[in-house]
Amino acid sequence: MRVVITGMGIYSVIGKNLAEVKESLYAGKSGIIFDPIRKEMGFRSALTGMVDKPQLKGILDRRMRVGLPVQGEYAYIATLEALKNAGIDQPFLDAHEVGILYGNDSSAVPVVESIDILREKKDTMMIGSGYIFQSMNSTVSMNLSVIFRLKGVNFTISGACASGSHALGIGYLLIKQGLQDIIICGGAQEINPESTASFDALNAFSIRESEPTKASRPFDRDRDGLVPSGGAASLILESYDSAIQRGATIYGEIIGYGFSSNGEHISMPNVAGPVKAMQKAILDAGIKPSDIDYINAHATSTLAGDSNEAKSIDLIFNQSRPFISSTKSMTGHEMWMGGASEIIYSTLMMNHSFIAPNINLEHPDESSAHLNIVTQTTPAEIRTFLSNSFGFGGTNSSLIIHRV
Amino acid sequence: MQNNEIIRKINQLLIDEIEIDGTQITPSADLKKDLGIDSLDFVDLFVIIENNFGFKMKAEEMADVKTLQDFYNYVINRFHPN
Repeated sequence: MRVVITGMGIYSVIGKNLAEVKESLYAGKSGIIFDPIRKEMGFRSALTGMVDKPQLKGILDRRMRVGLPVQGEYAYIATLEALKNAGIDQPFLDAHEVGILYGNDSSAVPVVESIDILREKKDTMMIGSGYIFQSMNSTVSMNLSVIFRLKGVNFTISGACASGSHALGIGYLLIKQGLQDIIICGGAQEINPESTASFDALNAFSIRESEPTKASRPFDRDRDGLVPSGGAASLILESYDSAIQRGATIYGEIIGYGFSSNGEHISMPNVAGPVKAMQKAILDAGIKPSDIDYINAHATSTLAGDSNEAKSIDLIFNQSRPFISSTKSMTGHEMWMGGASEIIYSTLMMNHSFIAPNINLEHPDESSAHLNIVTQTTPAEIRTFLSNSFGFGGTNSSLIIHRV
Repeated sequence: MQNNEIIRKINQLLIDEIEIDGTQITPSADLKKDLGIDSLDFVDLFVIIENNFGFKMKAEEMADVKTLQDFYNYVINRFHPN
């Protein structure tokens, strides 16, 4: 069974919907800011991507809001747009078996707040009803399945910074196997100090606080770390037959999913793992490396991560040298969300015939100098692209999307 | 606090915190069937009542509380034990 993308929705630091995000990608606009609260709290770096908290009072009833953490709110907005984009309304959802597979790997604030209440009041009855549903990792799929009355597959994929990509990969496999016709897939990432404090402790974040929009600089010699970010991205994955039957617009076809685990260090990436994931995706797609026109790199703006990915890409693509950019140069590292949002960013590029720039790349280093990295918005016809996502524990995911 | 003040405060809390439609609020309203207060809302009512009236509701005491009037009576009796 062929698997296609028939809807997309996004709530991102570079735009609150597809149209805004497309403009930002084209303009090479950064969504990174300095958050003074983090400095007051004792963060090494106060840099972050930032979005407005959605105001859902009057849109969702209280019971649906009470159990929804902030990344669930982002995901709700993104999913509303994706369903509308796909031409799917609530009566359709009520009449068909539609599933949800979402990438999410934390929900820090409700855990902190509920335990703060317990410590102060010494009575669990003072915690209230919402925190349990907000604080579980599966909070996004749990809440959205209830809000949209979904009847199909329903669980969360936690695969660190590859969560969103693996969610799409697993959704693709289920539809390909004929087990589901339509699945809402995506990734969500909370934006708050509580969820990133322990990551800040690893000295992994950029401290270029005087120039927030220049801080995320994947593949650049002068990078000094990543910038945490977040939001949510939803895609409607659908069997080709279902899409044709509905007369749906097809934005792209998922033709390959490759995965691997490094089996080495918990935080240090390697070369062999990503190479294996990309090769498996290419094999699954039944194409040659030279068929890939564009690679949306995982590259987060850390020395070890960028360099190893550059070497991995060069090993496979040194003959064809496809266009490459890391949209994290604009968005920062969207972590659990990134693997899904970057499919949307790349699909927007594919459908609007341009490649978004890897901003802030001024001086390539020894590894990235071999690659064909796009630093200015470039008109290009993309027929097929590959998107990489890697995470702690050495989890790797590569997806290949083809224009239909 | 007078009983009518307690009732007024309960009504306002139900509207503000549980988002009950004010037009549905009458003493004979069934908490579950008419006002749609479910088991999870009751969990939140525990918090709301303690924060606003300073006593802890007990689940076992709620078994006979069916209508809003029952609830008024329960809160008044707990708030003014004598």
